[in-house]
Amino acid sequence: MTQDPAATLRIGPVGLLRVAIMLVLLTVWELLAHSGWLYRDVVPSLLAISRALLDLLSGRDYYFHLGVTAAEILAALGIGGFCGMIVGIALGANPFLSNAFESLLYYLGPTPKIIFFPIMIMWFGVGPESKVALGTLSCFFPVALSVAAGMRGIDRVLIRVGNSFRANSWQMVTKIYLPAMRHPIINGVRLGLGVALIGTLLAETKLSNKGIGFLIINAYSTFDMPRMYANLIVLFVLAIGANALVGRFGGLHTIKRL
Amino acid sequence: MSARGASVIPPNIGDYMSALLGVFSLVLFFLMIEALVQTGVINRFIIPAPSEVIGSFWRVIREENVLGRFLLTASECLTAGVMLTVFGIAGGVLMHRFKLLQQACETWVAAMASAPIVLMYPLFLVIFGRSAWTIIMMGFIAALPPVILKTIEGISSTRKVLVNVGRSFNLTATQQFWKILFPAALPTIFVGLRLGLIFALINIVGVEFLINFGGLGQLINELAERYDLAGTYAAICFVILVSIVFFMALEKAERWLRPVE
Repeated sequence: MTQDPAATLRIGPVGLLRVAIMLVLLTVWELLAHSGWLYRDVVPSLLAISRALLDLLSGRDYYFHLGVTAAEILAALGIGGFCGMIVGIALGANPFLSNAFESLLYYLGPTPKIIFFPIMIMWFGVGPESKVALGTLSCFFPVALSVAAGMRGIDRVLIRVGNSFRANSWQMVTKIYLPAMRHPIINGVRLGLGVALIGTLLAETKLSNKGIGFLIINAYSTFDMPRMYANLIVLFVLAIGANALVGRFGGLHTIKRL
Repeated sequence: MSARGASVIPPNIGDYMSALLGVFSLVLFFLMIEALVQTGVINRFIIPAPSEVIGSFWRVIREENVLGRFLLTASECLTAGVMLTVFGIAGGVLMHRFKLLQQACETWVAAMASAPIVLMYPLFLVIFGRSAWTIIMMGFIAALPPVILKTIEGISSTRKVLVNVGRSFNLTATQQFWKILFPAALPTIFVGLRLGLIFALINIVGVEFLINFGGLGQLINELAERYDLAGTYAAICFVILVSIVFFMALEKAERWLRPVE
């Protein structure tokens, strides 16, 4: 695609249209902010948002909260991803177990996990543990289902090669299964990261005293709208960036979408 | 996921055995919890006995107006679903029609799909107030990207031969769209709608729980705040059952729409 000289010419109008759309949106926003049609501060001026963004990023406090949330999400991804991988491998390798339990995971997977938060509070308390638990629960399902599907999709030839070399179970897992399942695993982790992030942050907005979710809900309850927008902007940039990073790191851009 | 759709082979005795194992394991798990709670190993103020949860099902249904709440959540889902169908498909068609717009915005929509949109709920609370519209709009916005993306994918992947048939009949652009492109894209569009409706349901129940307003989500929050432990567990089970029935119905509808290969 990049070899095509016409493609480089096409970037022009697309880029221009993008800039035009952004400019129109920002102008409409600014006009709306000054029009008085909406309640004051519901749509703050761009200057106020930029100032809040600057304040947010230059303050030390924000990085503490970011660290707390990042640690919670990483812990959730670690625990949920690991458990999901083990369950996924077991289900993918054994059709009998898959028939018995996979439909359970398949239907439980997309249910709203935040409703389990009251249970998590009772089990793990109101601290970060309950947020990690909710993130773990959210992350487990996509990883398990993706790994199970990936395990079933492994080329039979590769497994036969492993068998003909008389590889033991451990060697089969590390030399054949895991490398062959790299893409489904990374894809599962990417999905898991997304839902773990949502689970953890939503839990923080419901009940907590630290973390990015707390900052967002705190800005809402003090009606500091510029600060809330600033928090949301940074969060969205980080979330989309992390998602793209996992995809790129796992080489997802090198394969076609399923 | 798609592997499930291909289960046309009649089930054999092994399938029945494995299904039985699934059910048996679940029953065993709940019996074990029951025994552990009854013997005091597990604190009953943290995990209620499954028998207690089953017992409180009827109480929650009778006393908490579950039917009314269910209808409220369903109507919110329906409104979000209608909006998704209209704006999502229209957005996808528009982006397919104007290639430049598609090239400029498709990555933005894809990025939106991976962004935690539901976290914008405090913003929606400010704009729409603590009302059903906050919940509906949240469900709608969070579920919009898959509908738009799948509509574009469906129309773009119409088989060339079908498009050529339309051309050979000298169809106008409108006729080409309604007679060829749209019917051919319908199964893929429905995949997008199914994903969208699942996202909408998740977000609607989630936001109901978070802002303590509306139907089934609020029920869980209320029971939890009253520390009605068995009731909370029963309500969670009820919401999960409703979600599962909803997913199954959507899956059936999708299979019905899918053309025979």
